Amino acid sequence: MKLAMPVNEKDMKTEICVSFGRSPYFLFYDTDTEEGTFIDNSAAASSGGAGIKAAQIIVDNNAGALLTPRCGENAANVLKSADINLYKTEGVSVTENIEAFIDGKLSLLDEIHEGFHGHGGN
Amino acid sequence: MRIAVLSGKGGTGKTLVSINLAAAAGSSTYIDCDVEEPNGHLFFKPKAVQVEEITVGIPAVDNTLCNGCRKCVDFCKFNALAYVKDSLIIFEEICHSCGGCMMFCPVEALKETEKVIGTVENGMSDQVRVQTGILNPGEVSGVPIIKRLIGESNPASKEELTLIDCPPGSACVVMESIKDANYCILVAEPTLFGAHNLDMVHELVELFQKPFGVVLNKCIEGENPSEKYCVEKGIRILGRIPYDAELGKLNSNGEIAARKSEKYNAIFSSLLKTVRQEVQHETASDS
Repeated sequence: MKLAMPVNEKDMKTEICVSFGRSPYFLFYDTDTEEGTFIDNSAAASSGGAGIKAAQIIVDNNAGALLTPRCGENAANVLKSADINLYKTEGVSVTENIEAFIDGKLSLLDEIHEGFHGHGGN
Repeated sequence: MRIAVLSGKGGTGKTLVSINLAAAAGSSTYIDCDVEEPNGHLFFKPKAVQVEEITVGIPAVDNTLCNGCRKCVDFCKFNALAYVKDSLIIFEEICHSCGGCMMFCPVEALKETEKVIGTVENGMSDQVRVQTGILNPGEVSGVPIIKRLIGESNPASKEELTLIDCPPGSACVVMESIKDANYCILVAEPTLFGAHNLDMVHELVELFQKPFGVVLNKCIEGENPSEKYCVEKGIRILGRIPYDAELGKLNSNGEIAARKSEKYNAIFSSLLKTVRQEVQHETASDS
């Protein structure tokens, strides 16, 4: 399965990013081949709707699951439409979270926040 | 004669100044453009209120027509659209009603539908026509409501005295509110923070090339950074409102001081006279 994660740097030693929609990069990790690919998050600089665009990137890269510390309502709706499950990360280590997912130790992310919309001074 | 009342932040006294000027004038129009939290109506308590719904056009998709080209998804700068599993998802609350997605759709899968974003209320309080814009919570922008409030369809004539109570700050909604104003009153508090906020709106009215003056509110003994700012920049000070318990009490009880107190009727009548003279002076020097 292909796992997606918001990460701070393009390195397997990097940490999970606290934000999903505005994370600088995404790591896509294939649990079968054990290979990781990093891509830039083009949604990070959006004036609004970053979560939606970021979720679109996760969908377009055919991820089977998203490992993230948090996720907004709109992004969660996009991911749900694509049948992508959300798992809550524990701690900040990318490798430990991948291992925890494989071992079935990560729980589904059930706290979906309402988003941080409308702070741009419209 | 349209006079906009603005300030760099909330709680400075925009509503206090605009409702009291409208009341002191007797016959006038008061427009509350602070659509996210309009409060002028709490003072005026208008009668015979008529409510009009304000709508914007947002896209609706026919997924049987959509060919999945994603031109709409790529176009939308607000990311209000996503394309998942052969169908388009539209996030209505993110949409800014620009209509671009509908223009770009090559197969006409997107059609415009009306969405109510708020209301405009029209009523009377003695001789003051009270117009209130109310934006529904969660909507992205109050601009369409403000456009309706100050647009051509407004029953108040251009000659009639109209007080526009602006939203706080200097963003799009404020620009829309002052766009057609003949004169701007900037209300400022006697603090460093107040002077900073005055600087923001001062920059805005200069940018819009509007004639303007300042009303110093909550005046106390001692140094007034906002007054200092006006002196340094050569800005006309139209009047001063004291930091006064009587005024504070009337205001917090939802009363209009100019209607309840002779003292304040005199203060606001005098301020109104000064503002009228300024506007006439500006009009004369323009022609």
